[in-house]
Amino acid sequence: MKWDWSAVSEFMPYFWDGLLVTLQILVLGSLISFVLGLVWALLMRVPSRWVTWPVGGVTEFIRNTPLLVQLFFLFYVLPEWGVTFSALTTGVVAIGLHYSTYTMQVYRAGIEAVPVGQWEAATALNLPLRRTWTAVILPQAVRRVVPALGNYVISMLKDTPLLMAITVLEMLGEARLFSQQHFQFTEPLTVIGLAFIVISYLASLALRALERRLVH
Amino acid sequence: MTSGLWDLVLKGVWVTIQLLVLSGLLATAVAFVVGIARTHRLKFVRFLAGLYIEVFRGTSALVMIFWVFFVLPPAFGWQLVPLWAGTLALGLTYGAYGAEIVRGALAAVDPAQREGGIALSFTPAQRMRLILLPQAVPEMIPPFSNLLVELLKGTALVSIMGMGDLAFSGNLVRLALQESAEIYTYILIIYFVIAFLLTRIMRGLEKKLKAGVGKKPVPEPDLELKRAETTGVGGGGA
Repeated sequence: MKWDWSAVSEFMPYFWDGLLVTLQILVLGSLISFVLGLVWALLMRVPSRWVTWPVGGVTEFIRNTPLLVQLFFLFYVLPEWGVTFSALTTGVVAIGLHYSTYTMQVYRAGIEAVPVGQWEAATALNLPLRRTWTAVILPQAVRRVVPALGNYVISMLKDTPLLMAITVLEMLGEARLFSQQHFQFTEPLTVIGLAFIVISYLASLALRALERRLVH
Repeated sequence: MTSGLWDLVLKGVWVTIQLLVLSGLLATAVAFVVGIARTHRLKFVRFLAGLYIEVFRGTSALVMIFWVFFVLPPAFGWQLVPLWAGTLALGLTYGAYGAEIVRGALAAVDPAQREGGIALSFTPAQRMRLILLPQAVPEMIPPFSNLLVELLKGTALVSIMGMGDLAFSGNLVRLALQESAEIYTYILIIYFVIAFLLTRIMRGLEKKLKAGVGKKPVPEPDLELKRAETTGVGGGGA
């Protein structure tokens, strides 16, 4: 095995560019998935089959099909319908949408974990439905689910390289480009592999600290 | 779509299923070996298993696939057939997730069962084979079922390396027809059907295995489709 440090140092500027894009995808994708997931979870509580069945079916479908094919779908089909986004935007929307079908499960569990007494108290105090949700249920539910949401952020980090397939130059995209130009595959790919391990390890440590703070 | 293009899609389905079965078998083997090693009495063995899990869960499956395709051949002087390279990358990665499931299920067996085994002077291997595993395996099936669906979704990644799986055949048909909406809808539906069948099969298996130890399967609403947990610095939940 031949290891060339000069290739590593040559790759580093591209690595930082890629890392920036990866983090951008991660932050925006997480925001979309947190918001959309909550919307799905709330829609699933509407007491009408006309709402819960379509929402349940669509999210089930998105959850059980590969993100990669969904990316291709959005990337190639939307322009045919006359909607054009940049590759990065498409990717962020796709990854946010995909993960929102996971976060909705997290929110659902969080909402169900709020004790029944809280609902009864809200009823007893004659709170309107809106206030019941915003002032009583959601603050308690969301607090419970923060660690689980964090887990999905780490999962999402590891799915960001898929955006390479629709020409986004995130870490893996940069590494591939560099490799093809310099015919050196070992160094860039190993560097980003290690970067992923380091980032997700640090993120899981941070998450643990957060979890401890929230619990106590 | 003409029948020739459908043949292409069917070939893709076949490659995807092959890859799914092979990497599923490898992942199961890895999951049991590493997961059981996590409960070994020697600290060093536990540490190695933990390191394996952290490394393979920490990195992205796609980066792993790139690594196996591009870094292994020059580094070790041999090249894998694409199907085996894909199997290796996916099996090792998803095996690491599976190992945490195995560890969690083993830890969830009532401690009195283990103590009973010790009291009856079973060897550690006998305890694992005759007492712990028969009770832990049925509990692993629901999380394994979720992981299997994740693995199915993961197989689509090999199309980036040019392997002719279902997602790749979708791209070929798109290039041939210049018509993306139709073909990608079909491809997504095929993936969904495969995932649905997998969860049905796993549910049947769970029922059968749980009946063997006198338990009832988890009722449907509790069966939450979760993505494999990803934190777990040296442990975490199962």
